[in-house]
Amino acid sequence: MQTIFKRPEALAVQPTHYCPGCTHGIAHRLIAEAIDELGLRERTVGIAPVGCSVLAFNYFNFDFQQASHGRAPAVATGIKRGRPDLVVFTYQGDGDLASIGMAEIIHAANRGEKFTVVFINNAIYGMTGGQMAPTTMPGQVTSTSPFGRKTDDVGFPIRMCELLSSLRTPAFIERVSLSSPKHIIRARKAILKAFRYQSEGRGFSFVECLSTCPTNWGVTPLKALEWLEEHMMPYYPVQNFKDFEPATPEGGKDAD
Amino acid sequence: MQTEAVFAGFGGQGVMLAGMVLAETGMNLGREVVWLPSYGPEMRGGTANCTVIIADEPIASPIVLHPRDIVAMNRPSLEKFCGLMRPGGYVVVNKSLIAVDPDRDDVRVVNVEANRIAIEAGSAKSANMVILGAYVGATGVVPYEALVETAQTVLKKKPKLIPVNLKCLEQGFELGKQARAD
Amino acid sequence: MAKVLMKGNEAIAESGIRAGGLCYFCYPITPQSEVAEYLSRRMPEVGGAFLQGESEVAVSNMLYGAAGAGVRCWTTSSSPGISLMMEALSYIAAAELPCVIVNIVRAGPGLGGILPSQGDYRQAVKGGGHGDYRCLVYAPSSVQEAVDLMPLAFDRADRYRNPVLIIGDGMIGQMMEPVEFREQEFPSLPEKNWATDGCKGRKPNVVNSLYLNPVEEEQLNRKLGEKYARMERDEVMFEEFNTGKPYRALFVAYGTTARICKTAIKKLAEEGIDVALLRPITLFPFPSERLNELAEPAEFLLSVEMSMGQMLEDIRLATCCRKPVHFYGRQGGLVPSPEEVADEVKRLLGSAKGDR
Repeated sequence: MQTIFKRPEALAVQPTHYCPGCTHGIAHRLIAEAIDELGLRERTVGIAPVGCSVLAFNYFNFDFQQASHGRAPAVATGIKRGRPDLVVFTYQGDGDLASIGMAEIIHAANRGEKFTVVFINNAIYGMTGGQMAPTTMPGQVTSTSPFGRKTDDVGFPIRMCELLSSLRTPAFIERVSLSSPKHIIRARKAILKAFRYQSEGRGFSFVECLSTCPTNWGVTPLKALEWLEEHMMPYYPVQNFKDFEPATPEGGKDAD
Repeated sequence: MQTEAVFAGFGGQGVMLAGMVLAETGMNLGREVVWLPSYGPEMRGGTANCTVIIADEPIASPIVLHPRDIVAMNRPSLEKFCGLMRPGGYVVVNKSLIAVDPDRDDVRVVNVEANRIAIEAGSAKSANMVILGAYVGATGVVPYEALVETAQTVLKKKPKLIPVNLKCLEQGFELGKQARAD
Repeated sequence: MAKVLMKGNEAIAESGIRAGGLCYFCYPITPQSEVAEYLSRRMPEVGGAFLQGESEVAVSNMLYGAAGAGVRCWTTSSSPGISLMMEALSYIAAAELPCVIVNIVRAGPGLGGILPSQGDYRQAVKGGGHGDYRCLVYAPSSVQEAVDLMPLAFDRADRYRNPVLIIGDGMIGQMMEPVEFREQEFPSLPEKNWATDGCKGRKPNVVNSLYLNPVEEEQLNRKLGEKYARMERDEVMFEEFNTGKPYRALFVAYGTTARICKTAIKKLAEEGIDVALLRPITLFPFPSERLNELAEPAEFLLSVEMSMGQMLEDIRLATCCRKPVHFYGRQGGLVPSPEEVADEVKRLLGSAKGDR
């Protein structure tokens, strides 16, 4: 009998605590598949953030560190500088990465730290109960923007891929969406490439995953996927921003 | 036996280095030494000073409120530290830049035109070596030969500068020795 | 090996490398930037890792990461920078990670000044970050002692799986003294089988400080508490000065101020007044037991600090206030002179007479 679908070895046999319809599970699986495909499991260290995925270390079958809020890129830097032979990735939400951890992500990206970042952007704080995030959409109602996000008061949502793309050093930056099978296939490719680049020592790789939070958005999982595609994707274009694969043997640092 | 000297001047006059050469000489002779800088904004072009302690026993306090000796490269330094010296100590005064005399009669004064001597020797920057030589000549705190040896080691990365600095050291030393005899 | 004349900061840097601290993260701050400058040149020579981070917040989390991966790592900073590291320090203590943090203390609070101070005693000894934790804290009083304490700090960090702080005032960092780098022998350390360095041939390791189950959190607290109790039993270090003969008063002072007290003791002896000194080398654990014994014959104790009196509280606790404990200090970056310390002893002895 031929196995055509199985649980990746890099994923732990463990039910998650995530809400029904949450896209964290998809992102976890894509990471595990990439690590398995590249044969990296036994030298991978993941960094869990503060946020809904704070317990991510329970769901993967390899070494993990749990970082303080926003500092995952600094923790990853420490591991990678001390042990360059390890494969390191951070798994961060929008509050963690784009708010409290803005300094750490920008500087790690700019130094070209050779680790991978999987950035889960669902436009809201999940774990703390649905407060406004730096990526919350204009007009979006959250528990701390009860009248909708007012851009004349708190500005427009931050586009992290675009922001980081202004830096010269990063090797790979791509935004993907977890909203449909078509997009998930594309997301899988991007995450695989990010890890491959890391294992080849190319430099900083960053994948932003547009995600849903049905619970805090207050909609059904299906409606959440629709809302993502209708409201988030026009503002957060799904595309590659940086890819230094072709003909740049030195990690593309001098490509532009 | 413990001697303390404050080397003081403008930033850039080389007082820190002069003190360091003295401290290193003491260490090479197997004595206990401390070199303590004043640090901070005054490092950036203002007044600079360091305290050098040379002793036969382990040095307790690195802080000396009333040092035995003062080496003053400029007038503000003389005015700042002269009043703090212990009676009977030596005050070495750079007469090239300090027109006034120390206002104390219970200390031994050694006048040296450090800048003029250094310029005549061929290196205006070596006034610090003139005054260090004078200090050692006057006090005998370390033997001259040991001082020369240390200065050569400290300057070994800039061999071209060794002859002129040794010349300055020697001229200062002779003046200091004379002052002591007087 | 011949002695070399070195600035405290550079001597600490070199000693850290010799102790195997080959992974160093830093952010510039006066008066300790010479450590970073020295190591930026020296680390490449020994194949170590040097990185200037974007902030002390980041640097301290880099320590968390590297230490968690089993790498011997360290940083140096000064008071305001150390404050920024407090969050990570709490995490590091909770996750039981070994690392060494050197604080060349400057005057505070706030941005304060850049001159020497001992105002961070409480932050170092009582915690500083949130939660129930402790650091092993060493306080050198000479450049040589700072050099000697570095290998010990790394060893103890690994042995206890705990952050170790070395507290020196600006004087220790900026002063030059002759130093000798001596080989130190330590018993072999247990393997770091908890480190996240790849799960080949074993179950995954997790470096974590999150315990949502209160029973598990309590277990961690108690485990840490036992560890700190072991430190209190086994790691106390101190120096006594002039305690071999009768004395009327006892100084308690650490770091630079202890040296000032020694000179004051000599000055007072010339006037026929015998005073002794207890110098804690470990601030946590505090040498309470010995202090209690030495307090017995003294008329009073005098804590001399470059602060408003922080160690003072521990002296009173240790002696249960059986003897009067007085305080003399200078603040703001000013350093007490031996003369003023000696005068304070005489004043206190005089007023004690008046009381009778």
